[in-house]
Amino acid sequence: MSALKEAVLTYVKNEYLEADDDREVTYDTPLISSGIVDSFSMVSLKVFLETTYSISIPDAKATPEAFDSVNNIAVLLKEFGINE
Amino acid sequence: MSHIGNYDDARKNFTWEISEKELGYVPGAVINIGEYCTDRICRMGKADKLALIWEGHDGHVKKYTFNDMRQLTNTIAAFLKSNGIGDGERVCLFMDKVPELYFGFLGVLKLGAIAQPLFSAFGADSLLTRLEDAGTSVVITQKKHLAKVRTIVPQLPTLKLIVVVDDDGVKPLREKEVAFHMDEAERVDSFDIFPSLAETPSVLHYTSGTTGKPKGAQHVHYSLISQYITAKYVLDLHDDDIYWCTADPGWVTGTSYGIIGPWANGVTQCVTDTGFKAESWYRFLETMKITVWYSAPTAIRSLMKEGIDVVKKFDLSALRHLCSVGEPLNAEAVLWSQEAFGRMFHDTFWQTETGSMMITNFPGMPIKPGSMGKPFPGITAGVVDLSTFEEITTPGLVGLIAIRPGWPSMFRTYWKNEATYQNKFKNGWYLCGDRASIDEDGYYWFVGRDDDVINTAGHLVGPFEIESALLEHPAVAESAAVGKPDPVNMEVVKVFIALKPGIEANKMLELDIMNFVRKKLSALAMPQDIEFVASLPRTRSGKIMRRVLRAKEWGEDIGDISTLEND
Repeated sequence: MSALKEAVLTYVKNEYLEADDDREVTYDTPLISSGIVDSFSMVSLKVFLETTYSISIPDAKATPEAFDSVNNIAVLLKEFGINE
Repeated sequence: MSHIGNYDDARKNFTWEISEKELGYVPGAVINIGEYCTDRICRMGKADKLALIWEGHDGHVKKYTFNDMRQLTNTIAAFLKSNGIGDGERVCLFMDKVPELYFGFLGVLKLGAIAQPLFSAFGADSLLTRLEDAGTSVVITQKKHLAKVRTIVPQLPTLKLIVVVDDDGVKPLREKEVAFHMDEAERVDSFDIFPSLAETPSVLHYTSGTTGKPKGAQHVHYSLISQYITAKYVLDLHDDDIYWCTADPGWVTGTSYGIIGPWANGVTQCVTDTGFKAESWYRFLETMKITVWYSAPTAIRSLMKEGIDVVKKFDLSALRHLCSVGEPLNAEAVLWSQEAFGRMFHDTFWQTETGSMMITNFPGMPIKPGSMGKPFPGITAGVVDLSTFEEITTPGLVGLIAIRPGWPSMFRTYWKNEATYQNKFKNGWYLCGDRASIDEDGYYWFVGRDDDVINTAGHLVGPFEIESALLEHPAVAESAAVGKPDPVNMEVVKVFIALKPGIEANKMLELDIMNFVRKKLSALAMPQDIEFVASLPRTRSGKIMRRVLRAKEWGEDIGDISTLEND
């Protein structure tokens, strides 16, 4: 289990799922295309990643594809030297 | 050949009677939108034609014919009736873009009740404000949104029923909650449709203003006359078209042109319940062989960001007509669409209150990229002076966009707020709240809003709602919300916040405030930018001067600040 992926997954579940939403969300679950995180909420997810990992993600890299799953986010963070 | 033909000829010869006659409506007779969109189409021999092709985010596809839709809307109406719900009651549709939302809307109208669609991403506070104001009797929702509804039930004494369309029985339902599974329910073939007349209330759409709570723009069944003919002339819907409106029925575009307009024309439409991703959208256009596409500038600009190469991977040759709504469509986006799709997007201008398109670019009419186009035939529009409300006749001079009242889909009041409704009319004009100019060829050019309302991705967000929510955050002393320019969404919410004494600004607090607003109101209202300040600019009477903050964001002249207290 990756601590990084688990931290992101926990944040997504806590912040973007409703209390009674019992959908299973895994590292592979599409976040954007499934509507769990919409394009506006992506901004708060970006701020979370920047704040937690002390990085700055340029807008060009903060694409729906890059944010579309916890696995994709882990790949993105790797570009900033944040490893699992 | 387009339906409208030559614009100037259409404008000269048009009367609303043309639409009435095509629909077979005789003044004074019964007119029920639910009936016109379903039973009437079946009687026209299209019972077996596909009405809806729906795709879920997991790729699951459902198809419904007009006869399916006729029966299912009957079934929903009968279900509500059997639960004691009757005409005139407000029924809120609080769902994602699932078939139950589309058919539920028409079922509510068949019952004679008032449909109150609300954007499913609204937080509990946004939901409460709108349900409380409307005195809503029923909420039809999905399991995933039930928690938000449950938190506000104690504050809604008028609420009788909560219908859950996808209850799986895993967790017990509570008092007032009832499960209803549309696809499995025994179909009702014949329902005694409510005999609504032209002025019978039909739909209540909430919209935000600069001050006060959101207002419910109340529409009537006669709106069909406008929605049918504008869908036919502007969207140019033909019998063999496959149509896709990307708008959510929580907003007026999603009902006027995502339900009423296309189905009153007997056209097949497609809906996808997936979030925005360029490749997913192109794949949907390709797979469904969409011919007419009605979308929004924000989506188009998001597609532009992904580049032209992505478009070229897909066969979009079926596309023949593109339209856009929600915010001004910039010239670059129009030109890009010509390059990407081989045809230009046609911008359309209208709003919740107008119920149908007012000023648009028409098929066959030369497009001036960046222009709003010209008034729909039957619509008398103009720009009027900002203070005298006299019509401006000099080309290029900026004034307020104004429409002569009397078109069929005009809202009839703001729910329980007649005074604010009356205030929208000056000197015999309805004022849209937007500024524009008209050029020497009669084309309208959008300039901006005339108030502090924030237009983000085509949705209006009231600064007052955001500021009120922020006051409930433990760290916030006061705040001001303004629109900040954004290359994709036109505007995004920016808030200026003065913190309570002893509280220090930092990134974690910023994130906490963003999520606080998102959960209370909606993601649209969530500040995308937060600036912490020592104090906010105020007039000497203590009112926060949002316009000073907004002008700075837009790089505009801040104007007269003689009343500014703390400059």
